[in-house]
Amino acid sequence: MTVQELPGAAAAYPAFTLRTDPAPLLPDPEPYRVLGLGTDSPLDPELMRRLYEGLVRGRRYNAQATALTKQGRLAVYPSSTGQEACEVAAALVLEKQDWLFPSYRDTLAAVARGLDPVEALTLLRGDWHTGYDPRVHRIAPLCTPLATQLPHAVGLAHAARLAGDDVVALAMVGDGGTSEGDFHEAMNFAAVWQAPVVFLVQNNGFAISVPLAKQTAAPSLAHKAVGYGMPGRLVDGNDAAAVHEVLSEAMLRARSGGGPTLVEAVTYRMEAHTNADDATRYRGDAEVEAWRAHDPVDLLERELTGRGMLDETAIRAVREGAETMAADLRTRMNADPVLDPMDLFAQVYAEQTSQLREQAAMLRTELDAEDER
Amino acid sequence: MTTVAAKPATMAQALQRAMRDAMAEDPRVHVLGEDVGTLGGVFRVTDGLAKEFGEDRCTDTPLAEAGILGTAVGMAMYGLRPVVEMQFDAFAYPAFEQLISHVAKTRNRTRGAMPLPIVVRVPYGGGIGGVEHHSDSSEAYYMATPGLQVVAPATVADAYGLLREAIASDDPVVFLEPKRLYWSKADWSPHPVEPIGRAVVRRTGRSATLITYGPSVPVCLEAAEAAKEEGWDLEVVDLRSLVPFDDETVCASVRRTGRAVVVHESAGFGGPGGEIAARVTERCFHHLEAPVLRVAGFDIPYPPPMLERHHLPGVDRVLDAVARLQWEV
Repeated sequence: MTVQELPGAAAAYPAFTLRTDPAPLLPDPEPYRVLGLGTDSPLDPELMRRLYEGLVRGRRYNAQATALTKQGRLAVYPSSTGQEACEVAAALVLEKQDWLFPSYRDTLAAVARGLDPVEALTLLRGDWHTGYDPRVHRIAPLCTPLATQLPHAVGLAHAARLAGDDVVALAMVGDGGTSEGDFHEAMNFAAVWQAPVVFLVQNNGFAISVPLAKQTAAPSLAHKAVGYGMPGRLVDGNDAAAVHEVLSEAMLRARSGGGPTLVEAVTYRMEAHTNADDATRYRGDAEVEAWRAHDPVDLLERELTGRGMLDETAIRAVREGAETMAADLRTRMNADPVLDPMDLFAQVYAEQTSQLREQAAMLRTELDAEDER
Repeated sequence: MTTVAAKPATMAQALQRAMRDAMAEDPRVHVLGEDVGTLGGVFRVTDGLAKEFGEDRCTDTPLAEAGILGTAVGMAMYGLRPVVEMQFDAFAYPAFEQLISHVAKTRNRTRGAMPLPIVVRVPYGGGIGGVEHHSDSSEAYYMATPGLQVVAPATVADAYGLLREAIASDDPVVFLEPKRLYWSKADWSPHPVEPIGRAVVRRTGRSATLITYGPSVPVCLEAAEAAKEEGWDLEVVDLRSLVPFDDETVCASVRRTGRAVVVHESAGFGGPGGEIAARVTERCFHHLEAPVLRVAGFDIPYPPPMLERHHLPGVDRVLDAVARLQWEV
């Protein structure tokens, strides 16, 4: 017996009607794909070239940053190797005036958006938390607590819309982050306010060691959108063309007043969570190798080569460019940053409290004593 | 500011006027929270703001404190000056992560590039017969977080003046509104007050200093009146601002009187009184005739309303503490 069939049910809910037909909000059961399905669908050569270059540089950037961690130049680096398609596509769908809200693993998205690779790494090197001015780049600080940046994206998008500005916020979160309360509250606020915001969940299979099956019982993470009254979209996160297309549609919807979208990109983290993690404890080689066969860089390279949009010369040029970027990053990261300990007190408040002035004076004395020794 | 003839006003009305004046002067000021719009807040502190400024400026949000404060962070990132209402002290706890990890730290994280001028209004404290989770004094949590300013008005004038200061501040302010003073009245017209970070001597005296703030200020003033019968002339310092803390005014008073009692509602253990007593002792030890005493709420979860009068520091408990300062009459 359904609720509607219960005796007296009609009288019990006199004014109840579904506000929205949930069907159009539901994601397709299979992740959306473009690459490897034949040449029927047209691809924009210029866009594909930019995506390809971004992926190759991104792969090299991840490798270089990981190497810097092993050399002790970075405290930690959460690699996005295997997830470059999501990272690069997220950056390329943004207009100049839009905002990116990255999580700690999304350094690459910030770099692909144009942030200086060294500035993007200050948090992980440990010389300052956020090395760049978020307003200049329209990139919020890389967020370490899980999902707490999502309500920020909603608030900023809401404020921009109230101002009549053409601004969309794109917020990135991992599969583990979708379990957090802030994920729920951000989705709900965004939908109620019809804020111009796009949520990109990179489902890379694991929250450190906990697999998705222990994270959620939802059919997919994209399904969560329906409960908030926004469309959920499922996309192959290793297919750069598909991620770009789905995110572009969501950005357009947000820009034209259609409200938020939740995009789940199904991808895989090829490296461990960070250098402090041992991925062999929770996943087998066979699984990793299966995903290696679905590598985002290879997928795009094969497709573009097959379509005659890319040749050996172009590939070599892109790879050489990536090597130059890596060499430059290496050189600059190997220089010790110059730090002024007095900066510790500089920006706690707009105006230093008398207590902080006293503590700053104490540190000054200690530093002077060190200098004399 | 035009001079307006003083008329009786409640603290709730003064707070409402502060938001109204700030919103009229600065289109960046937005008010948001649960029930702040149509209803005007459960204490009516935001009464009329949605009608006057529209729902985009005074917004009823979904019921979600982390979401309210988290979206306010994003609004502030875009250049607005959000004033958020947490409906009751103990309802603010879901927003703690946003407050501690983002609101308090973002100026510092970004080396000053992105200050967050957010005011978090928290109706706080007991004494109104509220049931569980409606009477917490949570100031110690906020005080322990660098990057936040923490203020609590005790007078109608301060309610207006401090809230205007808080909204104008480029740094986040946790604005603690003593619930049981919402209906306290005074002859009042809107005017500026001493800035955030300045304590005020509410009553001068020579025998001892009562150091207090928020809902305990009227208690201490009453105690000081009653103490006259014993021949004690008590000075009452209203801190107004817990962060920044006004060591100067407090210590000047204690050096004059040589004795001090800290009075507040929140639990004594790990509470604000310990910090204040330590600061006073460190700075005024040679002027002290007696140890700095604390009169605080008991170290218990806030009691049920029928028992709260036993928990809240009242006039007698303050006077007992003063007597324990080993008076030489």
